[in-house]
Amino acid sequence: MDDNDHWLTRPASIRKLWIGFSAVLAMTVLAQLVIGIKGYFGVDSMFGFAAAFGFFSCVAMVLLAKAIGALLKRPEDYYDD
Amino acid sequence: MTELVIPPALVLLSGALLIAITRGLLRNSVLLLAPLITLWAVWQIGDGVEVVGSFLGYEIQPVEGSAVRRLFATVFTLMALIGGLFAFRQARTAELAAAFAYAAGAVGVAFAGDLITMFLYWELMAIFSTVLVWCGGTPQARAAGIRYAIIHLLGGVILKVGIEGIVVHTGSVEIQPMLATNFDTWMVLIGILINTAAPPLSAWLADAYPASSPTGSVFLSAFTTKSAVLALILLFPGEGVLIWVGLYMIFYGIIYALLENDARRILAYSVVNQVGFMVCAVGIGTEMALNGAAAHAFAHIFYKALLFMSAGVVIYRTGKSRCSDLGGLFRTMPITTVCGIIGALAISSFPFTSGFTTKTLISVAAEHEGLVFVYFALMAASAGVFLHAGIKFPWFVFFQKDSGMRPKDAPWNMAAAMIICAAVCIGIGVFPEPFWALLPYPVDYVAYTPSKVLFYLQLLLFSGLAFFLLLPLMKRTLTISLDTDWLWRVAGLRVANACLKGFERLGVLVAGLKASLYDNAPRLTSVLTSTGALGRTWQIGTTALWIVVLLTLYVALYFL
Repeated sequence: MDDNDHWLTRPASIRKLWIGFSAVLAMTVLAQLVIGIKGYFGVDSMFGFAAAFGFFSCVAMVLLAKAIGALLKRPEDYYDD
Repeated sequence: MTELVIPPALVLLSGALLIAITRGLLRNSVLLLAPLITLWAVWQIGDGVEVVGSFLGYEIQPVEGSAVRRLFATVFTLMALIGGLFAFRQARTAELAAAFAYAAGAVGVAFAGDLITMFLYWELMAIFSTVLVWCGGTPQARAAGIRYAIIHLLGGVILKVGIEGIVVHTGSVEIQPMLATNFDTWMVLIGILINTAAPPLSAWLADAYPASSPTGSVFLSAFTTKSAVLALILLFPGEGVLIWVGLYMIFYGIIYALLENDARRILAYSVVNQVGFMVCAVGIGTEMALNGAAAHAFAHIFYKALLFMSAGVVIYRTGKSRCSDLGGLFRTMPITTVCGIIGALAISSFPFTSGFTTKTLISVAAEHEGLVFVYFALMAASAGVFLHAGIKFPWFVFFQKDSGMRPKDAPWNMAAAMIICAAVCIGIGVFPEPFWALLPYPVDYVAYTPSKVLFYLQLLLFSGLAFFLLLPLMKRTLTISLDTDWLWRVAGLRVANACLKGFERLGVLVAGLKASLYDNAPRLTSVLTSTGALGRTWQIGTTALWIVVLLTLYVALYFL
């Protein structure tokens, strides 16, 4: 069995996955026009708030991790004498 | 009080003893029956004190029941059962026996009606969890186990100091809600927080759990931190400082997990992260928040065990745990991949998994109390959990690149245990109501509204987008990240070495002095001979003169 060429790893399917994923993302935001999000503090019922909040919190956390990593990362054998 | 109450912890502890001395089919039946009988015993415990006794002159209550105590004892026992199923064909007997004794300690803490009983079971957990770490069998496991034991014995001593203080100052050993207002209560709080992996001693968790065997980490992930969460629920509900301790743990877990390369260490950091949600909820302290903490602990034990199981299977099959060595395993390990993904979705509180129904209880409790900052921090953290555990773990382990490895899927018992856990994760997510009947307070909360589901879908899916867009920034590196344990593993060692070197130099100096003293001995003793400065006879006049001088000095000093 040749499982090196799994359908999930082909560039064409990865492209399709990206397209599908983007469509789902767009849908979750557009659905807000129909369903409406009842926020607790006003700001969180704004259009696309959760999407933007999720995205930018993650960007911030990755960048923060990157900065902290620059200070705290050490080779794996750091503690071995 | 009923006629005969069987302490559930003792049932499980007897099971552990039997496991240690039996072999083969007999041992396997104990592995199955001991948790089942314990489970039965757990549900025989009514509300209130069920067993009393005396210990060192104190009235103690070894078994006290309540809804939240039964809930935790139930999940601890279930984890012994499912963990036993996961491990019984692969783990050594010593490991299984230690795991059961460790679980017995957790069940004992769950039902402890007084601080003394709690402390005894607390230490039982410390001892057998250390044995469990050692069962990893590698030199790293041995070293990590010693560090783990030191931290937990230290935590035990601090807890003991607090308990003794409370006993001396109030005369009561009862477990009852208190606030950290004086030295005694602070000591108890710190002692408990050490077991939740709170700062500044969080490092023990990510140090020890990944060093254990592939099966050992499944047990380790369940008991210590969650029994500490229960202790917080019983002793410190509404203690405000816990909100901030919890938030710190949440973000500490995310940041360190993002930096980590080892799959099990990623999961270990996310234990700290998830326990942070519970600690924060105890700090909020309302009925809804405490319900949230208890429910989240229950759900967490299952999805975290599931994640550690899937990582355990990968390590068992490939012998590798670094993300940089793994990848592409989905081809030949479909069951492990799917179960790992379900666990990852549940920890991320994805709609229709257990995490969604339990974690939103906590965030809504924060909202009810008007804690705007806490609410949005928890939201950002939910996004961050999806980032570091929800996607990062399955992506780097099962997809990512093709590592070239084609390992077999999980052995049947491991697969069965994973499927049971996955079913619980989805079951609680889809039908939360029966589960809510077990919670300590009545639940007046609708988990699924279209608005809430849509909010979380946006939040989580766009976190997913951020992950894949930022993938170049998250290239795995062969590194570890320094933590506070650097202070004693490196700085402490350096100070100790410097002290040793200082003593060595002092020794050399003293030896030199001694030698020169011996060399000069004849010259020094010569002053005492009949011709030496101190030995020769003085003239009467000189002696009299000295006496006059001394007396004058004395008189002068006397009048001053």
